[in-house]
Amino acid sequence: MDAPAVLNELRERVIAAHQQRQPLRLRGAGTKDFYGEAAGAATAAGPSVLDLRPYRGIVDYEPSELVITARCGTPLSEIEAALADRSQFLAFEPPAFGGDPTIGGVIAAGLSGPRRMYAGAARDFVLGATLLDARGDILRFGGQVMKNVAGFDMSRLLCGSLGILGVITEVSIKVLPRPRAEETLRFAMPARQAVEAFNRWSGQPLPLSGAAWWDGVAWIRLSGAASAIRAARERLGGERVDPTAATQWWNALRHCQHPIFQTGTSPANTSGTLKPNSSSSQSTTGTTRDRTLWRLSLPDTTPPLELGAEPLIDGGGALRWYAYDPQSGDEPRKAASAAGGTAMCWRGPAPTSGRFHPLQPTVATLTRRLKDRFDPHGIFNPGRMIAGL
Amino acid sequence: MNQPYVAAALRQVLPDDCVLWRDEELRPYECDGLSVFRQKPMLVALPRTEDEVRDVLVTCRRLEVPVVARGAGTGLSGGSTPHESGVLLSLARLNRILRIDPIARTARLQPGVRNLKVSEAAAPHGLYYAPDPSSQIACSIGGNVAENSGGVHCLKYGLTVHNVLAIRGFTIDGDLVELGGGAPDHPGLDLLALVIGSEGLLMIVTEVTVKLIPRPQLARVVMASFADVRDAGNAVAAIIAAGIIPAGLEMMDRKATVAVEPFVKAGYDLSAEAILLAEADGTPEEVTDQIAEIEKVLQAAGATAMVVSSSEAERLRFWSGRKNAFPAAGRISPDYYCMDGTIPRKNLGPMLEAIKDMEARYSLRCMNVFHAGDGNLHPLILFDANTPGEWERADRFGAEILELCVRLGGTITGEHGVGIEKNNSMCVQFSDSERAAFFGIKAAFDATGLLNPGKAIPTLARCAEYGKLQVHGGALPHADIPRF
Repeated sequence: MDAPAVLNELRERVIAAHQQRQPLRLRGAGTKDFYGEAAGAATAAGPSVLDLRPYRGIVDYEPSELVITARCGTPLSEIEAALADRSQFLAFEPPAFGGDPTIGGVIAAGLSGPRRMYAGAARDFVLGATLLDARGDILRFGGQVMKNVAGFDMSRLLCGSLGILGVITEVSIKVLPRPRAEETLRFAMPARQAVEAFNRWSGQPLPLSGAAWWDGVAWIRLSGAASAIRAARERLGGERVDPTAATQWWNALRHCQHPIFQTGTSPANTSGTLKPNSSSSQSTTGTTRDRTLWRLSLPDTTPPLELGAEPLIDGGGALRWYAYDPQSGDEPRKAASAAGGTAMCWRGPAPTSGRFHPLQPTVATLTRRLKDRFDPHGIFNPGRMIAGL
Repeated sequence: MNQPYVAAALRQVLPDDCVLWRDEELRPYECDGLSVFRQKPMLVALPRTEDEVRDVLVTCRRLEVPVVARGAGTGLSGGSTPHESGVLLSLARLNRILRIDPIARTARLQPGVRNLKVSEAAAPHGLYYAPDPSSQIACSIGGNVAENSGGVHCLKYGLTVHNVLAIRGFTIDGDLVELGGGAPDHPGLDLLALVIGSEGLLMIVTEVTVKLIPRPQLARVVMASFADVRDAGNAVAAIIAAGIIPAGLEMMDRKATVAVEPFVKAGYDLSAEAILLAEADGTPEEVTDQIAEIEKVLQAAGATAMVVSSSEAERLRFWSGRKNAFPAAGRISPDYYCMDGTIPRKNLGPMLEAIKDMEARYSLRCMNVFHAGDGNLHPLILFDANTPGEWERADRFGAEILELCVRLGGTITGEHGVGIEKNNSMCVQFSDSERAAFFGIKAAFDATGLLNPGKAIPTLARCAEYGKLQVHGGALPHADIPRF
């Protein structure tokens, strides 16, 4: 079936679902089935799945325009291969979770990898998006140009919308030239010192593209002109990491394949284990998969939190992952709030306050009203972002 | 609602000197940077605190009086053109820098703080605020948020939306809205991105937190001359295709360089049909390498001459001509009309040819300055408002450029906003259902429609009207315009 026919079929299913008030679960490759509220709700009794993989293909890619346009079902691997052919890449490093997500899923989730604090997040690279709304209208927002302020910025609003406003059928994304050179440095230091160093270095004109910490070691990635990397290396010191090992480390971090991400997964999928922190009363019992994995998003200057477990730190200190005892409820959320951040219960049993951090009341009201405008019968991904919405 | 009644209500929540109502007090507010549209507001409110802003909004909401927000009034699309029976809400007195945090690399600002002031305040820490609209000496950060302003360095460093971390403000109902924050992730929909560039239609911003970035150790700019504007356009694409992202990549045609040169003495090559300015920044080693690469690409693309800035003073002088292009247009012509369309870079050549043809058809001169790296065009149409018919011709000239932008795969506004000016062109770019979606967003934030009514999104009726006009002219486009 050709693309217009596939799109038409999607439209008809959406229109029918809207008329019959039948909820739909929008799905690409399913790499993020675990993600969000009401995760795993695609049961026989739940919403029917709208498989978006058939609507695929790169529509337009001109390297000198720094833009790629693709249909939602296009596999990320296909896009990254096309870009790599022309020495370009997606600088926000979307996570693949060990699979091959669709580009629609990448944008709907709006998640980014270790480079995001330096190059920008997924939403910073979205230039345009096409939305199939509940009434079956195909709406085009933004475009293929870098600067565009005509109309409200719907395409960025759709990035991270988890499909609750409709089906993102096509996206235009800004791409960048691959860095000429890249190098990773390693420093033995405790978490507190690493957070301080990350902030100090971020305030200096250095070609940083990653700053992470785990188990007593800080990892710094530099990207750019060879001359700039050389100058930065001389200034920073540290131990140079073999390029293969460096790629492995950053990829594991980007794609959430680091051992800490086994936390809260089903036993069948468990291969790695997290080093227990013996000083902590919460982490002395059970294996990591019995625990919950928390993702804390914090001001990057926040000193290490006293949560009784050692975090995996990413984003120069702004992202911290904690494997945590589910009995402790939303302790990590309270700590994140106190520090001016937010906390998401990534995997494992969710606390009563929900998987996502609660919204500010006015923001919650506005979100409900927007949902109501685009999807008045609530057919798209009900409950995926906010319980009951 | 009559003026004395509303004035009295506002004086309940503001000191007397914060409510302007006399004709001579209102006059300075009758237009923003787009002075062809003038409208006296019913009243001007000048709150000094966040609480006063909220009180003004609640009062206007209760009395159902429209509210138009205004920062420094430098906007070029009439976004803050007053409403005849509305309150013009000036945020100019909320002009304090609340905090510069050099460790976190952030600045917390009131909306009336001038753009350039932020970088000046951050300079002692080796930091700056990247978006630099040409009006940065005067324009306010609140206005930048309303318009999602760009500048000459956004190819590498992004627009306002990429550099704002958080905003705080109120809906027309007086409800506090806090979006974004010091942490990178926020649950729910990305309302921060939605509000940035919403032209005062969704909420009133009372506080903005921006990202500060380290000032590069060095920046140098290459000035290259071209004998043909098409060659210059192709050179821009060649630089990007070579994997180079310059810190700035700008183009001016000969009419523009001839206009600015006597004014700023930038040292432009006046024999060239077009000049390109390409800036490299970073460490000294990196800059040396990149400048060499840029020179090589430009040479191959047919540059007839090249000069590299040899000092910071020279670099700033090269840029000064570009940044002063608009005032220079004002020196050589009684009036000018600045357009702001964006097109895919590859279409720069065809666009320039088309503009040349339009100059002949409309009998008006047009000088061209471009943010070439972003494909963002600023054709400046020169006219004299005192000559009958010239403004009308300039207006149609501009509309035709914008329609061509849409046809070439671009947009009617890259950074200046739709405002009051480009409402008709919005009908060309968006379908009825897309505009209905925009109205849906508007209604979610402002069910009363009191915030900046009549701006940014044209109604279905207005587009239908514009469509009729187009069809009229369609048989013989612009038959009334003499050709020569």
